[in-house]
Parts: sequence; C-alpha cells; structure tokens
Amino acid sequence: MTSELDIFVGNTTLIDEDVYRLWLDGYSVSDAVALRVRSGILEQTGATAAVLQSDTMDHYRTFHMLERLLHAPPKLLHQLIFQIPPSRQALLIERYYAFDEAFVREVLGKKLSKGTKKDLDDISTKTGITLKSCRRQFDNFKRVFKVVEEMRGSLVDNIQQHFLLSDRLSRDYAAIVFFANNRFETGKKKLQYLSFGDFAFCAELMIQNWTLGAVGEAPTDPDSQVDDMDVDLDKEFLQDLKELKVLVADKDLLDLHKSLVCTTLRGKLSIFSEMEANFKNLSRGLVNVAAKLTHSKDVRDLFVDLVEKFVEPCRSDHWPLNDVRLFLNQYSASVHSLDGFRHQALWDRYMGTLRGCLLRLYHD
Amino acid sequence: MPGKLKVKIVAGRHLPVMDRASDLTDAFVEVKFGNTTFKTDVYLKSLNPQWNSEWFKFEVDDEDLQDEPLQITVLDHDTYSANDAIGKVYIDIDPLLYSEAATVISGWFPIYDTIHGIRGEINVIVKVDLFNDLNRFRQSSCGVKFFCTTSIPKCYRAVIIHGFVEELVVNEDPEYQWIDRIRTPRASNEARQRLISLMSGELQRKIGLKVLEMRGNAVVGYLQCFDLEGESGLVVRAIGTACTLDKLSSPAAFLPACNSPSKEMKEIPFNEDPNPNTHSSGPSTPLKNQTYSFSPSKSYSRQSSSSDTDLSLTPKTAPSPQGPRIYLCPSSPPLSCGSLHLKKSCLLLSDSSLAPHHCSLGSPVLRKSVSFSEELFLAASGMGSGSAGKEGGPFKALLRQQTQSALEQREFPFFTLTVFPPGFLVHVGGVVSARSVKLLDRIHNPDEPETRDAWWAEIRQEIKSHAKALGCHAVVGYSESTSICEEVCILSASGTAAVLNPRFLQDGTVEGCLEQRLEENLPVGCGFCHIPYDELNMPFPAHLTYCYNCRKQKVPDVLFTTIDLPTDAMVIGKGCLIQARLCRLKKKAQAEANATAISNLLPFMEYEVHTQLMNKLKLKGMNALFGLRIQITVGENMLMGLASATGVYLAALPAPGGIQIAGKTPNDGSYEQHISHMQKKINDTIAKNRELYEINPPEISEEVIGSPIPEPRQRSRLLRSQSESSDEVTELDLSHGKKDAFVLEIDDTDALEDVHSLLTDVPPPPGFYSCNTEIMPGINNWTSEIQMFTSVRVIRLSSLNLTNQALNKNFNDLCENLLKSLYFKLRSMIPCCLCHVNFTVSLPEDELIQVTVTAVAITFDKNQALQTTKAHIEKSLQRASADTEELLQFPLELCSDSLPSHPFPPAKEHLESASSNSGIPAAQRATSVDYSSFADRCSSWIELIKLKAQTIRRGSIKTTVTVEKANPMGEGNFRNRSAPPCASSTVGVVKMTPLSFIPGAKITKYLGIINMFFIRETTSLREEGGVSGFLHAFIAEVFAMVRAHVAALGGNAVVSYIMKQCVFMENPNKNQAQCLINVSGDAVVFVRESDLEVASVQQPTANCQPLCAGGEVTT
Repeated sequence: MTSELDIFVGNTTLIDEDVYRLWLDGYSVSDAVALRVRSGILEQTGATAAVLQSDTMDHYRTFHMLERLLHAPPKLLHQLIFQIPPSRQALLIERYYAFDEAFVREVLGKKLSKGTKKDLDDISTKTGITLKSCRRQFDNFKRVFKVVEEMRGSLVDNIQQHFLLSDRLSRDYAAIVFFANNRFETGKKKLQYLSFGDFAFCAELMIQNWTLGAVGEAPTDPDSQVDDMDVDLDKEFLQDLKELKVLVADKDLLDLHKSLVCTTLRGKLSIFSEMEANFKNLSRGLVNVAAKLTHSKDVRDLFVDLVEKFVEPCRSDHWPLNDVRLFLNQYSASVHSLDGFRHQALWDRYMGTLRGCLLRLYHD
Repeated sequence: MPGKLKVKIVAGRHLPVMDRASDLTDAFVEVKFGNTTFKTDVYLKSLNPQWNSEWFKFEVDDEDLQDEPLQITVLDHDTYSANDAIGKVYIDIDPLLYSEAATVISGWFPIYDTIHGIRGEINVIVKVDLFNDLNRFRQSSCGVKFFCTTSIPKCYRAVIIHGFVEELVVNEDPEYQWIDRIRTPRASNEARQRLISLMSGELQRKIGLKVLEMRGNAVVGYLQCFDLEGESGLVVRAIGTACTLDKLSSPAAFLPACNSPSKEMKEIPFNEDPNPNTHSSGPSTPLKNQTYSFSPSKSYSRQSSSSDTDLSLTPKTAPSPQGPRIYLCPSSPPLSCGSLHLKKSCLLLSDSSLAPHHCSLGSPVLRKSVSFSEELFLAASGMGSGSAGKEGGPFKALLRQQTQSALEQREFPFFTLTVFPPGFLVHVGGVVSARSVKLLDRIHNPDEPETRDAWWAEIRQEIKSHAKALGCHAVVGYSESTSICEEVCILSASGTAAVLNPRFLQDGTVEGCLEQRLEENLPVGCGFCHIPYDELNMPFPAHLTYCYNCRKQKVPDVLFTTIDLPTDAMVIGKGCLIQARLCRLKKKAQAEANATAISNLLPFMEYEVHTQLMNKLKLKGMNALFGLRIQITVGENMLMGLASATGVYLAALPAPGGIQIAGKTPNDGSYEQHISHMQKKINDTIAKNRELYEINPPEISEEVIGSPIPEPRQRSRLLRSQSESSDEVTELDLSHGKKDAFVLEIDDTDALEDVHSLLTDVPPPPGFYSCNTEIMPGINNWTSEIQMFTSVRVIRLSSLNLTNQALNKNFNDLCENLLKSLYFKLRSMIPCCLCHVNFTVSLPEDELIQVTVTAVAITFDKNQALQTTKAHIEKSLQRASADTEELLQFPLELCSDSLPSHPFPPAKEHLESASSNSGIPAAQRATSVDYSSFADRCSSWIELIKLKAQTIRRGSIKTTVTVEKANPMGEGNFRNRSAPPCASSTVGVVKMTPLSFIPGAKITKYLGIINMFFIRETTSLREEGGVSGFLHAFIAEVFAMVRAHVAALGGNAVVSYIMKQCVFMENPNKNQAQCLINVSGDAVVFVRESDLEVASVQQPTANCQPLCAGGEVTT
C-alpha cells in the first residue's frame, strides 16, 4: 500500500510556525521530519511518523505555493487563493525575509549578481546554513535591491512599502542595499570581528548624512541622480572631502589641532600620552580616508581603512571606549577653533558620521 | 422580455504576463450571455488594467436568466495572431432573481483557466432588472428560493412542508463527442463546464416549476448530483423538499441570546406591546400568520405573487383558529384518542411551565393561555367519551390516518431534510435503503430521459414500500447517490422511515398552523424513539422495551437513522463518529455478468456493514446511530462499502448489552484462554469508551430525588397522578433486567479478524471529538473558531496481496490514518470537535482507492465548570418550575373534570405562575452574578433580557431602566474578553462550513445557492508538484472561487457547503492529470453575536435551542 496522493486544504490556510522555520532553513522533507521527531512532538501528540511525514509534506507544499506570493508581499495581501489572517500574513512575510547573521556577513557589500550566487555553495559549507536557505536569503537581498535601487525617496520607507516588513527588518535591508550598492568591503580578515549590526549602524548614519537624500535638497540636474537619492553617496560631497586634506598637509594646522585637543584632554584620558604620541598618525589616517573617498575603489575599502588607520592603533594601545569617545569628540570639535580652516560644514558632515561609525566599530 | 441583465467590467489585477517581450499584457474582456456578446476596449500594456466599461445590457427571457450563466472571458489582444485567452469567470445570476437575496453581484472574481488555474482577478458588477411576468404558462420559476441546508433555514419558518421534488436532465458528455478528438483540452473542458452550468440552471428551473405547482416558494435540502456516465452521457439530477417558507420579520423574536445587546433588544418588546397579536407573538394568532405569509410580494417571488391568484390569500385560508381541532376530532375515534390527549396535555403543561427559559421573546404567558385552552378543549372532548386507553396504539392509528391523508396524494412522501421543526417528527422507524444495479446504455434522446427516470422511480417505490413495512408513511433524511464503473451503475437511495405530524403538510389551508399543540402531545425527547410499527406484527425481529424516558411506549433496543439528532432528544454523554469499512473483491467481468456479480455481492456487503456498525456501536456503549450514510462504491475488481454515522446514547433506549465472544471449539484450552483474553479486552474497551464519552445512564438514581434528568421523573409522577394503573410501573421494572448480550461467534479467521478490526479503531486523542452530524451531542458551548477543510488521499494497492482481508486492512488503515492526520493537523484547535465529517470513497482505477473527507473543526469551551454551573442553574430553574407545576395540577384536574367551558381560570392561574416563575430566575440571577464567572454573567444577561421582555409586557418601566443600564456593562465585559480585532485586510474573510449554522453568529440573510463545477487539467504534472501539488492547488482555487462569489454577493459565509464530487484522474506516464470538482452551499450574511466571546453565550443559546426553535415555528 503506497500513498499516491495525500493532501489537506483548509478554508483558512494552516500555517505551522515550526515547520515554516524548518522550510525556511532549507531542510528537506525527510530532514524536517527527523528534526520534528527529535523535538518530541510524537510523544506529545501521540502521532505516528507517517502522520508527521504527511503533515510536513502538506505544509511544504503550501509554503511552496505561497513562495511565489512572498516574492511580492503586497500580492499576498490581495490574493484570493489562500485565506490567511493578517497577523499570519505578517508573520509569513517577516520570517521569509529574515536572514542569518552568518550569511549576511558573507555577502554584505558584495555585488548581488549571478557570480556571487555561485559562491553560495562555499558560503553554505562555511556557515553550515543549507544552500537552499542561502539561496532564499540571497534572492531576497537581490529582489529588494532590484526593487528599491532605482526608487526615489527614503530607502527604509520604500522597502517597508514594497515588502511590508517591520521597521527593524526594513532598516536592516536598507543597510544591505546600501552596502551592496556601494560595494563596501566587509569580508577582510581584520573586519571579521564586526557584526552585521555594526555595519548596519554605520550604513544608517551614512544614509542619513552622506547621501544625496541626506542633504534634503533636490538635485540640480533632474536627470542625473533623481532616482537613487538614498542609495548612492553624494558625489559632490565626496569630491569636496579632498579639501580636508589641508588639516594634515598644513603642518601648522596639524600642530595647532593637536595642541588644541591635547590641552583640553590633558588629565581626562587614561591613555593621554599614547594619544599625544599617536595624534598625528591618527589624524592623518582619518583625513586621508576622507580624501581618498573620491575613488570608488577607496570607497569600498572605507571600513578596512577605518579599522586599519584608527581602530587597530587605538586598540593596540588599549584605549578604553570612553577615551575614544572623548578623543573623537574633541578631535572633531577642535577643528572649529582652527581659524585657517574654511570647511567647517564639510568637516562636520564627515566627522559627525565617522565619529558615530568609529565608536561603533571600536570593540574587540 | 421580462428581464434586463446589466454588466460592467471595472478592472483587472495580477494578470499574467502574456507578452514575453514586454512582460506585459494587452487585455480586453468579452461578456457573453446566451448568444449575445459584448467586448471592452483593449487596455494596453498593463497587468492591472482599468477598463471601467459602460454598462453592457442584455435583454433576455427569465427562462434564460435561470438557465444561462454569465460568461466573462479575459483575453490578450494580439494584432497578428489569434487573441490568447487568459481565463474565464462564470457567474450564476440566479441569486439576483429572488427578491430577498442579493441585489447586486459586485467584486473581484478569480479568472480561471482550466489548464493554468487562477490567473489574476477581475472586478465585475452585475445587476438584473426583472419585469413581472403575467403569463400563467411560463417556463421559468424565478423567485423560488433554493437552499442546500437540510433544515429550515435559520431566518425563515416553515408554513407548509410540501414534500419531495425531483428532476433529472440528461445530455451527451462533450468529452465523449466526436469533436473532442480535434479540439484542445481547454475547449473541451470549457464546453463541459458550460454544459453542466446550463444543465444545472435548467434543472433548477424545472424543479422550481414543480415547487410553484405545489404552491411552495422554496426548496430546502436541495441536492444536485452529476453522473458522469462516460460514453452513455451526462446526467444531472436533483432532489429536494418543497416548502412554503415565511421570512421571520423580527429577527430577534427567537434569538435574544444571540443578538447584539443594543438595538434590537430595545425595539422588539415595544413593538410587541401595542399589538401582541402580531406575527411574532406566538401561536395565539395563527390566522394572522397565515395571512402574513401569503401577503403579496413579501415572501413570494416578485413575479408570481401578484399575478397568480391561486397563491394569494383566498377565503379558504381563513377558517377560525379552532378549525383543525374540529377537523381532528371527528376524523378519529374519539373514544380512545381523547384520553391520550388528556394525559399528554398534562405533559404539555410541564413543558410550558419551563417557559422562563424560552428564548422566545414572544409572550409565553399569552401562548400558554391559548395552548392550554386548546388542550383542554381536546382533552375534554376525549373525557366526554369516557375510557382511557392504556396503549398509544389508537393514537398512532389516528396519526397515521391523518398523515396518510396528507401524504397519500403524494407519489413519494420523501423529505430531504435531516433537521425538523419541533413536533414535525413523531416517530422514527429506522433506516430504509434500496439499491439497484443497472447497465448503462447510450441516452438516445436527451429530451426524453425516461430510462433514468424510471430507474429512480423504481428505487423510490421500493423505499416507499420499505417504509410502509415499518409502519411509516414518510421517509425523512432522504438522499440518493450513484456509483459508476464503466457501464455498470449502482443506484442507491436511503432515508429514515418516519411518522410525521401532519400539521406542516396540509396544503393551502391554515390547519397546519393550528396543529401546533399536537407536537406537545408527545413527550419531548423520546417520542421519536417510540416504535411506529405494530408491536405484534413487527416487520423484523427486534427487542422492544418500554421507553426509558416516559415508560409508556415501546422502544427498540437500537435505533439507526439517517437524520440529525433531534434537538430535543435526550442524550446521555457525548457522541462519536462510527464507521464501518468493508472491501470485497470481485472478478472482472463484462456487462451483464458484471452486473449480476455485483448484485450478488451487494446483500452480503449490506449485511456485513450493518454487523460492523452494530458491533462498533456496542463497543462504544451506545444505542443509536444518527446521520447514517452507507456508500457502496463499485470498481473494476472490487466493491467498497463505507458507512459513517454518529453514535449516541439515547436516554429513552435501553442500555446496550455487551459483546460476548463465543468460540467454536470450547474444549481447546489455549483457544479458550485466547477467547477469554479477547473478551476481557472488549469489555475493557467498552468500559473505557463509556468513560470517554461520559455515558452514565442514570439507572440507579431514577427514583432518587435530584436525579440528573428531572424530566422523566416529573413526567412519570404526572402520569401516575393521572390515574395510571400501577401495574404499568411494575412492568417497567421488569424491563430493566432484559438485556441480551450481543454474541459474536469466532468460528473462522474472518470473524477473528473482525474482532481485531473492532479493537483497532483508535479513539481520537484527548480534546478531540468527531461526528458526522450537524452538532455533536453533548457539546453545546461552541466558540467561534471554525476551520473547514478537505483532505484527499489516494493509495495504490500492491496487486500481489489482493485478498479480502488485506484489502480490508488497507482500507481500514487508510481511513484511520486519515483521521489521525486530521487530528494531528488540527491539534492547535483543541478542544475541538470535527463536525459533519463526510467521507467519500471512489475507485478511480484498478488498484487505486481514493478517499475524500470534508469536515469542519469547531472549537468549544473546555471549561466544563461553566457548563455545569449553567446546567445547575437550569436544573434548579426546572425544579422550580416543576414545583409550580405541581401546584397547578389541582386546577388542571379540576378543570378536566369540569366541562370545557372553563378554560380560562387555569389560564389565569398560569399567568400568575409565569410571573412568579420569572421571579425565581431573578433570585438565581442575583447569586449567579456573584460567581463572576463569565458564563454566568452572560446567561444572567440573557435572563435579564428575557425578563425585560416580560416586564415591559407587564408595563413595569422601573425594571426596564435597570436592565437598560446593565446592558452596556455586559457589553463592555464581552468586549474586554474578545480577541483584538485583526488588522483590516484587503480581502474580506469568507467562512465556509458544511453545517447549517455558524457558531457564535447569527445568519441574517440567505443570498442564494452556490453551485459550481470546475474542471482542471494539466499536461505538466511533474512541474506542478505531482498529483498532490496539482490537486492541492486546485482545491485551494475552488475554495477561492467559492469565497469570491460569496463575497461578490455581499455575503461573508457559505453554510451547508458540500463537495459533491471530486473526480481525479491521472496519467503519470504522460505527465497529465485531470480533476472535476462540484461544490455547493448557501451563501449567507452572518453577524457575530456582538463582539463578545461567544463561548458562554452560545451555550445558553444551544440549550434553549429546542425551545427557540419552538418559538420560531409557532410564531
């Protein structure tokens, strides 16, 4: 006796959250059944393995049919085929678009193209996440990217509107899209200690301050960057950053800057002497990072540079986080007292964001 | 030219991409009705076109309106090649043809293609302008309402139940026409869908005509089926019960408990007050009622009511209210029957004194006084003639005579109803069924479907004679079915033989209305169990005892029926689903040899199914089956039998004996041991089941005060006080001892296996119950969560081990596993009950068995405490009323001794008792509120409302004010308890249920029948996820289309939903599959009983149900 056909269709579509998770995690039906058996569900319900198998198959089939709709969540809301209560719809969408930290760290900043997709195999082996799940997550990133890439307006809002995600998840996706678009390098060994959260935090600051949309003014040329105000960095701004070079190139300015900072911080830092000794190096590092941002290659290396030029030197001298904060605050504020420096606004736009990023990046 | 159909195409959405180059679609729409076609403009390059067309107007005959579906085709415009069809929508416009149903169809419909499934949606608006047709000889029957529901629909009352209507239409199956060889599968499927749609329209119209002929205005329990006879054609047949229905004008009249607490409550009492004789005020004004129901154009079709004078009010509908009484007495031997009436009239009193829990807002006081006088009148007429017959026989005879007169002119006194107005069902004889094996031949002339007609007529005749043999004149819960394999067809019909109360059956006179009291002549809760046949001349050997409830009449030891459990039936414990499953191998044969082989097997199958049912019933410790449905399916090389029913323990029937196993060779020691081991297992199972289903018949406590069922006690005492001879009581006691155990002989392996299979049936996991009837006996605190589902399984038998035993085991496992799967899937709903579990078996191929199950899972409130407190209150109320009852006996006796000229004093007495009664619950209320239990608050709230109705009647405004204050408070409570409303979704939720009601809600409007037929075919089976993926998607699509149609009609639920056919064929080698599905149901609008947590409110509602229903009918 073999079962040829075995289906269950409810007027209200039954969604089993546990099975959904297993499906999202990319387990095959038999693996999912095995995992469910291990969870002790048979003992709880007195069911047999065959029942569990049939139930899992049913759910998998349902999810498979729903997947097409989940690719465009508003469709899920308007479709007539599956009657699903709104709260469940939200759950389906949110879980479908959720991603694994380990996975996102692997692809963050990478081009979301076919080439990368081939690397998914490697990622799968490396992270232990099933290839199927990797595919889903990658495709989600790509899909969201494709939809919002060319859209004007707030990135987070666009994502929220087109994918009906929660605020938190929309922000994460905004970061992913932003990173993918600017191709920031995140995979280097020295960046491994950073979490997705760290990057997402930086991304949000950068979106807020360094993109065209951040300026809040309509671009002069309507044809040029109308569509991706939140996704691309403000090119003019990056060009202007070259002007900051004077802070390190002009020896007098650099000395003056150093003395201003040191005077204020004397006695307030536990690592004052190290700071004093390193000031010029650090300042050079930070300003050079800014000056290099004109080249897109260097933009990609932003985080590598930041870690190399600032985080690592400080860490090797065992700066406490609080001292880093005091230093950065003073470092950026003191520039206002430099009479010979004319790019105060530019400096604030740059350092304001960078300070936030560096503080977030500064940990073990 | 009596109708104008208007259609507007508004927009489309989610259309498929038809042009690969642009990823877009240039869509336009063709709207076709009959032979007229309109087209919209092409909406270029969009997947969400906005056509916003003009109104397309079709001027058509109403005959066409009934027959034809509106056909909407969405196409992709192609400049160079033929336009590609995207899909179609068929809209049945029948619901627009009756006045009370929908007025407009408007909404999003899934665009359906038989090859691709649903492809986007289209927004359509449809309206119909009907003109009156003055032609008496018209062919249309617009305005006749159709209901799939097998009970009187909730917001109607039955004035007359006319009886059986049937019709069948035949045609050639397009799939088998020569042209099918050259056309595409799509064209063939569409031709078939369209033809079936046309045929059902025609069938419905013809049935409607028959109903009009009978002077009815509705068909209830409408069941339409298709027989796909293959080569020989396509038969669409339908049966139903013609009724004259009357819409209940005040929706709150009988359901105060279910109403939202605000508006209606306030109005009704006031409405009633100035004019207590209105429609809803009870039986005191039957004359008025009748007038009402026939008042022009209110409840009747727009077309005919004004034109057809026969149907409007005529003088003959207006005799005096006493008419039927007078009619009744002379036509019967008054000598003996009268005394019986007398006795029963006392019983009536005991009932009506319970009036405080009557849900009816109508004045119980008034009703009582009237009924009382009527009863006295009757009783006295009996008294006048003298003696008191002990047996109910003469009364039965009288009833029989009467009913006969009402039923005799009918060819087939059949009723497709399974639930009846109280009092309608007098006695139930048992299940009657008939089968016949026929060889199909080509239908030569579709216009003369005589052969098929004759076949059915033959079967019906047989059913009728079976019923007669059981001493019954009518068959209720009647249904017909077929099973076809190649050219052999088994026609089956089954029903329950019954004796009916003639009051609903009278044609064209008001008598029906006035027979109301007759219903109460019968002891409530056990009357239907009493045997209708002659004890000395029994049609079959049965073991009779005196009724355990009333101790007066004889009852059989077990009762099998096809109907639902009567609402007033007294049941002990809970019920459960009982199934008998059976397979028999059969040699492959051709034509007549095959038919003969099948005919020879059938009786054995019937017998075995029956034995299995009986064994399982006993194993469950129960004594009656309801909703019995035996399905025999024929396949190439086997026959399958599947019987499903709901077992219950009826208080009126004797306790079932155990099952005793007897071996053939009693000398063998080990064998003996084996047998005794088995016996022990069986006994244990019975004991366990009794515990599980809470079957504790109150045998011992019978005479103890405070017995769990006070009514029998009360009644027996009443009887005794009514000068019953004492020897009857002793006789009763004798009957206690007689309990024969059922002996099962294990004389061969077959029987051994039977016993095993008995024991392998696993009970549902804790928290689950299942039944195949509308409601689960013993559970009445339903909550609002429902989940309707369809589950399909197909297994392939390995042809190696095809023995009967192996087959049986396979089949048994299939069904058991299916049930287990259901329990597992629905575990999140625990505690819940699977209701209306409907199994269908088919044998699509040699080694394939397909089982389709449709059922609904309903949650209920586990908290038994709530129930028991409620029950406690109710009980004490009953006791209280019983007390007042006793007080009343004196006046009653006095009265019956005197002449009928004094009917009023007792009535007055009663009036006072009623008021004092209403005082008692008040006291109860005071305490119950303190429990702070929700249920209590609810019930007390309901009591308050009832009280309010009464107090207003009595003119006390003071209490009214307090009640008014209490209302919002209670409401607030409910609100707090209710779940937070879900965020508004763009798609309205449409509930579907095979039941005739929605728990926790009130149906306010019936929008019309949904009857849909779909074909789905694929040539890429693997790509669609194999057979499971294909069928899963298709069933989901069918649900979606049903929901969309209901929503477009303005409804939010389908009740009495049924999947009548699910024919699945596959050809995996060719990567093909095809499936045909036919579903039907009633589209309705329901209103949640406010937003309150329904659990506790539903419970009192259900408790009152018999009474409620009583109110409903008597209004």
